[in-house]
Amino acid sequence: MSTTLAPDLAPQADVARQLGPDWLLPVREAALAEFSRIGWPTTRNEDWHYTNPSAIAEGKFVLAAPDERATGERRTPTGTAAHGVTVAHLAPYTFGQDWPLMVFVNGRFAPMLSRLGALQAGVRVTPLAEAMREDRDFLEARLGTVARFDEHAFTALNTAFMTEGAVIHVAKNVEVAEPLHLVFIADEQAEGTISHPRVIIAAEPNAKVTVIESWGAVGTPRHVSNVVTEVDVASGATVTHLKMQRESAAAFHVGTVQVNQAKDSHFVQFTFQSGAQLMRSNIYTHLNGPGCGSTLNGLVLADGTQHLDTQTRIEHVAPRCYSRELYKGVLDGEGHGVFNGKVYVHPEAQQTDGKQENHTILLSDRAQIDTKPQLEIFADDVKCTHGATVGRLDQAAEFYMKSRGISAEHARRLLVYAFAADVLETIENEVVRTGLEALVLERFAGVVV
Amino acid sequence: MSTDIEALVNREYQYGFVSDIAADTVAPGLSEDVVALISRKKDEPQWLLDWRLKAYRRWLTMKEPHWPNVTYPPIDYQGTSYYSAPKSVKPLQSLDEVDPELLRTYEKLGIPLNEQKMLSGVAVDAIFDSVSVGTTMKTELRKHGVIFCSFTEAVHEFPDLVQKYLGSVVPYSDNFFAALNSAVFSDGSFCYVPKGVRCPMELSTYFRINAAETGQFERTLLVADEGAYVSYLEGCTAPKRSTNQLHAAVVELVALDGATIKYSTVQNWYAGDKDGVGGIYNFVTKRGKAMKGSKISWTQVETGSAITWKYPSVILQGDDSTGEFYSVAVVNNRQQADTGTKMIHVGRNTKSTIVSKGISAGRGQNSYRGKVHVLPKAEHARNYTQCDSMLVGNACGAHTFPYIEVENKTATLEHEASTSKIGEDQIFYLKQRGLSAEQAVSMIVSGFCREVFKELPMEFALEAQQLLGITLEGSVG
Amino acid sequence: MLKIDNLTASVGGTQILNGISLTVNAGEVHAIMGPNGSGKSTLAQVLAGHPAYEVTGGTVTFQGADLLDMDPEVRAQHGVFLAFQYPIEIPGVTNAYFLRAAYNEIRKAKGLDEVDPMDFLDLMSDRLKLVEMDEAMLQRSVNAGFSGGEKKRNEILQMAVLDPTLAILDETDSGLDIDALRIVAHGVNALKKPTNATIVVTHYQRLLNHIVPDHVHVLAAGRIIKSGGKELALELEARGYDWVLEEAGLATGAHA
Repeated sequence: MSTTLAPDLAPQADVARQLGPDWLLPVREAALAEFSRIGWPTTRNEDWHYTNPSAIAEGKFVLAAPDERATGERRTPTGTAAHGVTVAHLAPYTFGQDWPLMVFVNGRFAPMLSRLGALQAGVRVTPLAEAMREDRDFLEARLGTVARFDEHAFTALNTAFMTEGAVIHVAKNVEVAEPLHLVFIADEQAEGTISHPRVIIAAEPNAKVTVIESWGAVGTPRHVSNVVTEVDVASGATVTHLKMQRESAAAFHVGTVQVNQAKDSHFVQFTFQSGAQLMRSNIYTHLNGPGCGSTLNGLVLADGTQHLDTQTRIEHVAPRCYSRELYKGVLDGEGHGVFNGKVYVHPEAQQTDGKQENHTILLSDRAQIDTKPQLEIFADDVKCTHGATVGRLDQAAEFYMKSRGISAEHARRLLVYAFAADVLETIENEVVRTGLEALVLERFAGVVV
Repeated sequence: MSTDIEALVNREYQYGFVSDIAADTVAPGLSEDVVALISRKKDEPQWLLDWRLKAYRRWLTMKEPHWPNVTYPPIDYQGTSYYSAPKSVKPLQSLDEVDPELLRTYEKLGIPLNEQKMLSGVAVDAIFDSVSVGTTMKTELRKHGVIFCSFTEAVHEFPDLVQKYLGSVVPYSDNFFAALNSAVFSDGSFCYVPKGVRCPMELSTYFRINAAETGQFERTLLVADEGAYVSYLEGCTAPKRSTNQLHAAVVELVALDGATIKYSTVQNWYAGDKDGVGGIYNFVTKRGKAMKGSKISWTQVETGSAITWKYPSVILQGDDSTGEFYSVAVVNNRQQADTGTKMIHVGRNTKSTIVSKGISAGRGQNSYRGKVHVLPKAEHARNYTQCDSMLVGNACGAHTFPYIEVENKTATLEHEASTSKIGEDQIFYLKQRGLSAEQAVSMIVSGFCREVFKELPMEFALEAQQLLGITLEGSVG
Repeated sequence: MLKIDNLTASVGGTQILNGISLTVNAGEVHAIMGPNGSGKSTLAQVLAGHPAYEVTGGTVTFQGADLLDMDPEVRAQHGVFLAFQYPIEIPGVTNAYFLRAAYNEIRKAKGLDEVDPMDFLDLMSDRLKLVEMDEAMLQRSVNAGFSGGEKKRNEILQMAVLDPTLAILDETDSGLDIDALRIVAHGVNALKKPTNATIVVTHYQRLLNHIVPDHVHVLAAGRIIKSGGKELALELEARGYDWVLEEAGLATGAHA
């Protein structure tokens, strides 16, 4: 069963209705209705001014594998495989660690490639499809409560068509020792498809958990990943979300992360974006309780004709919260970077402390950056700053290196590495940090570590 | 908010009086006939009438923009009169012939026009409603080859210059309000500084709206020829009226190779009362084109108007050209401002600086909106932007919307923004040293705006500082 | 000159001062010592009229007038000067402008003429020497970007210019190295006159080696629990605060 996603969704309603479960139907209908109302975003929409998603809208992508056996998971003489994806293909994404792991191949959960055996007490990690069947009460109370789809076309689509994904629930006071890792891999069989994974992360009061999302590819399939991650951080809890997006150079990736934070909670996120021909990352956090903090950092590396767009919106709803943002971009080839960050301080959010930075360097004549760091402030007792720079490498450092005999080109490459590594240093997880540092060093300084 | 800040009381808008002057006012409404009538009243050449009509026809196809962060009820374009002039204004041989009531009006505004009392070192073109009532120091300026006169006069005396540069920076099709202005503009100031001449005095235009139910649509065109220098000031006031009035001006600056234009504005149109009744809608298009090695510097102190909507911009066309924008924008009560600049880097080694200070008080909403665009050929373009907001009280808002678009890898851009408040600790500290709450607030705000005030010519800096104190009084709390 | 009688005050609903009585005469130096949280700084702020503190009882008479009835600027104009523990930064306002404005306000209140900028500069150059500060600092924004030591010296400079009747130094020694401490103390001593008085609020005795007090008071739990001569400060230095607290029947360690 596969259907083209036309802008007019009327025929799509039937597809959505058959996805089940029945209790979710009214939500799917509402999401379809919202999508029909607003349609695909265009560059006339202020938040899409610099990014044109028409290639997705007009790409005639079909819904990925609603059939449950579609991954064709099987044992082979050399190990487990799903479609053409084997354990060996996962290696570049798993940091050589045996952390709890859920693997999705072409949008479909692959249990045999996954590793959910020995989870710590108080931690539940469930495939979304299973949770929809067997855990209605929990899901009904959670699903869509954080990720609102009004005025958000891609979230509406995800809500209408989601069947796969992960549900992570950490009980009160539980600190999860190892990161929980979600790996999404696409191979040639994803060609021409669109998938709508949904990840739900719920941390109960004072819980602490790190969730890693890795997105990768075998080969260069042209497909769409439209993922929605909703995170509910209860009072005193800390959720760390690390997302590495290294999808195929022909892929389209739309990722929306929505976060609700209760009092004294923390949300820490890092997004590493180097894949996809067109990537749009929406990160929306609501600081709903007093005394909480959000730290959103990221690194964007573009070349070829990649278009990588990061949007953040931090809503300071409650008083005495802080937010920190540091996004860096290194753009080469005809790469086009977009950063659109908004810090919104509600009238009640006194003593807000907000800091936002966006720094970009352009390495080639055709690379381009559009950046829009915005503040909207309605409370008077606040300390909010933002800063943006384009094109600044440390001239003194370059001269210093040259004076020590390093060639100009080499010095510049090292400085680009240093520029990027600076933001990687904010990643607390040492394995992920050093893994990404090695990737970046190889990319810019040609050094394999 | 501390009770000290709250205790500050409102001072009346002191320029809110109405002058009783017989006026020739065209009936409300807009049509090709009205456009032709305005042109005929000014005895304009055919080419200008044609240009106006093209603009009018274009305007009919355009929609009023609603992207600024401001809200207001729909404007009835057919309910506004597009021309009003004091009856006494005829071609004058000397300022002595000006209606004494008009002279008194300007004197009351602190702008004496008669020769004995004139401000030394400043030439003034006084615009009353739709027309210029007189320009001072003309003869002195002409000795240096500097042309400074009303726009109407320039159309008759220097048609070639006007025709060459009119619309060259802001074409009639540029935007809704620019098109409207192009169709119905009634007067304004014209200035030309010839090659290599440093204009020997400050030039100044003083705008006064007097008539009710009229819009003011003036046009300023300022050309600095190669290597010339000119510093230009602009001031504005209007009577207190309970209806809103539209002011849709266009300012075009042309800085030819190596020229420098400094353009300063102290805008104090009537802002409406504390409940937002009345006040001027100040929807203005200001833009300069900077040729090779030239410099255009905008400085504005925006304290008046119910709504301000303007972005004095610079097209950095020539290599090595420089654009600057220094702004203080204050909103109090129900005022709204959406203001900022555009720096369009076209040429190589172009440089721009933006310093914006926004102060929000009462229920005011203040938005900075600025675009810095580095085009692909603009090698080694540089921009520095600093954008600070201060909030006074908890019912106002401060918004920062910068757009940074870079298409050249050699560009260097730096943008910084901050938001802060007047700390109660700061006020207490100053009071402990013997200063009153009013002095304390005024001192802190002046300190906040210092980087912009120092760009203003001396005569205006003091006025601006005082104005700021007045605008903010009663704001706090 | 100053008579505090059974003064009580609270901040945010919490009572901090629990009945303070103290008399300061012209020509005297009083030291107010006590453990952290004892209410020392609160007393200083209340005397200066900080709006965050609410006076809930008692009286303060300054030169025969009701001090508590005056706004902070009126107190300043009457000659009350507080050297802040944390001097406030005022970006964009030069020290010179700020000081002249304050100086003229106080002169105006006394019915004297304002001084013009040139005369004021002459006055300043003399005062600057007292605190060993360079004239360049007059053109810098008030306290903005100053080091901790510079801020404290700037406080004493202001004191020197404004010539108060009653100076209250709130932890002026905290965060100062020995050279800065010497400079600050020298400034305070040089400004001492038979007609004015000083209240030194401090946690440590070391400032009192340089500014010798006539009277020392120990403040704890919002009350003066012991008063004595300068030797009391030395005893506190040697033995700590616990014994005084015990004497007063207060639990020890609670404010450490």
